[in-house]
Amino acid sequence: MPQETKRTIPSDLIEATAFELMRRAAIEIPEDFRLGVEAMVDTEAEDLSRFVLESMVENWHAAEEDRRAMCADTGLPRYYVKAGNEAVIGGGFVALERALRRATARATHEIPLRPNRVHPLSRADHNNNVGINAPEIEFSFEPDADWLDITTVHKGGLFGTDYRMLFPGDGKDGIKRFFLDTMMQFGRRGLACQPAIVGIGLGGSKDTSMILGKQAACLRTVGDRHPDPEIAALEVELTELGNNIGMGPMGFVGTSMVVDCHIDVGYTHTGGMPMSVHSFCLSSRRAVARIHPGGEVEYRTDPNWFTPYHRREGIE
Amino acid sequence: MATQKNKLKEVRLSIPVSPEDIAALEIGTVVYLDGVIYTAREGAYKRILEQGIAPPVDLAQLSNVSFHCSPAAARNDDGSYTVGAVTATASFRFSRWLADWFPASGCKVIIGKGGMSAEDYRTHFVPNGAVYLTTVGYGTGALLGRGIKHVRDAHWLDELGIAQALWVFEVENMGPFLVESDLRGNSLFDRDAERINAGVERLYDGLQPPALSRYGETTSREDEVI
Repeated sequence: MPQETKRTIPSDLIEATAFELMRRAAIEIPEDFRLGVEAMVDTEAEDLSRFVLESMVENWHAAEEDRRAMCADTGLPRYYVKAGNEAVIGGGFVALERALRRATARATHEIPLRPNRVHPLSRADHNNNVGINAPEIEFSFEPDADWLDITTVHKGGLFGTDYRMLFPGDGKDGIKRFFLDTMMQFGRRGLACQPAIVGIGLGGSKDTSMILGKQAACLRTVGDRHPDPEIAALEVELTELGNNIGMGPMGFVGTSMVVDCHIDVGYTHTGGMPMSVHSFCLSSRRAVARIHPGGEVEYRTDPNWFTPYHRREGIE
Repeated sequence: MATQKNKLKEVRLSIPVSPEDIAALEIGTVVYLDGVIYTAREGAYKRILEQGIAPPVDLAQLSNVSFHCSPAAARNDDGSYTVGAVTATASFRFSRWLADWFPASGCKVIIGKGGMSAEDYRTHFVPNGAVYLTTVGYGTGALLGRGIKHVRDAHWLDELGIAQALWVFEVENMGPFLVESDLRGNSLFDRDAERINAGVERLYDGLQPPALSRYGETTSREDEVI
């Protein structure tokens, strides 16, 4: 059927786009994050902390001028795919997954990225960031759309993340305490590479809370607020709390800890309130492309992952 | 963003770094380096210090600066290397190899991320006349990558992979780094942590503790967490 063929998004275009996304994510700091950190340079009163922030801004310029990765620890590259309900992928979803794996391997060699992915026990490294369950590919869907949104995120993975089972009675005090604990625990010596966007996953089951927190850190932009006013107010409150710890970049004395805080929630067990905290880093690497059925590709840095449909509450 | 002249002291040092230059370093000073440096982390430590495999090159002759680092790099078909960004990896994990590392390597400057413990400085760095420089950020990967003028060698690439190989770099004005420990055993991180710790308790004022504790929040492993 010619009409079907015309609408199909070919997998070679997906691979080429994913490769370009890997390059952009590694090299170009998203503007919202850069502006957020530059604003902190203006408010940071401590010499050491301000020196660190200024060095990072200079580093982003150097990366873009030289077209080299901004940080050598290019993290664990991963993908978030949002498919319009009417999107048709040439070769289907298996072809899409293969295209993303091929793009990851080629980008690792050609940009280059650091081949961080190893087998957890044998430590075998294929030098291409591809392996068992790697890179991760998460899917989401959007009604009344025929495009494919691909987001890549390069996030480090060793420090700055924690999970805790809280209970309804712990309330916002419990949330604040655990937030402070995590900020300080990983902020010392700058292990979390702060200031960063901090994502919090609240509710769901344990695994959901981890996934939501990571997505809140990696897939929302500086200044974005949750549509629920109570959650939005808590996001602002936690941002201020983090910046009042007295700790800044590298764990030096300062006021620059949290560029922004994002909270996303999921309905949870009536007896519990699982919570996760995820710090992204000073190289908050994300890049997004929308591929249209006609072959047009639009690049951007806002994943727009949490659409009203994605956060739907009712049955439909 | 308003740019201000930073008030930190800044020095540029030649490698091998002389004992006089090392003795003069003060914590919080910004450092740039010229000369040859090499990377060594757990992969190289295990081979040299645990398995007794001879280093691929005479390290003491090569340089007295080693780097807890894995570059974002690739080997080209013609045998050359492309190095993009360079940043350090967290050093505290390498504490267990320090006692053997200094005598085996002749190293006097370790560059890394996040420093090491005050005890490590007293026990291992100071007696060996060595200091620790921390990278900035983290990580200023593109700025440090600019400082690499030539990749002289990448040893043990097949045995250890790109991330763990022992890379030898010729560097020029490479930085910025910050002096984290000096020959008196002072630590920049410790100094700032003391100031921060003075205000920590007030942050928790009025916040009720959670219903379920965790080990680490109790002083005894015989305690229940409820």
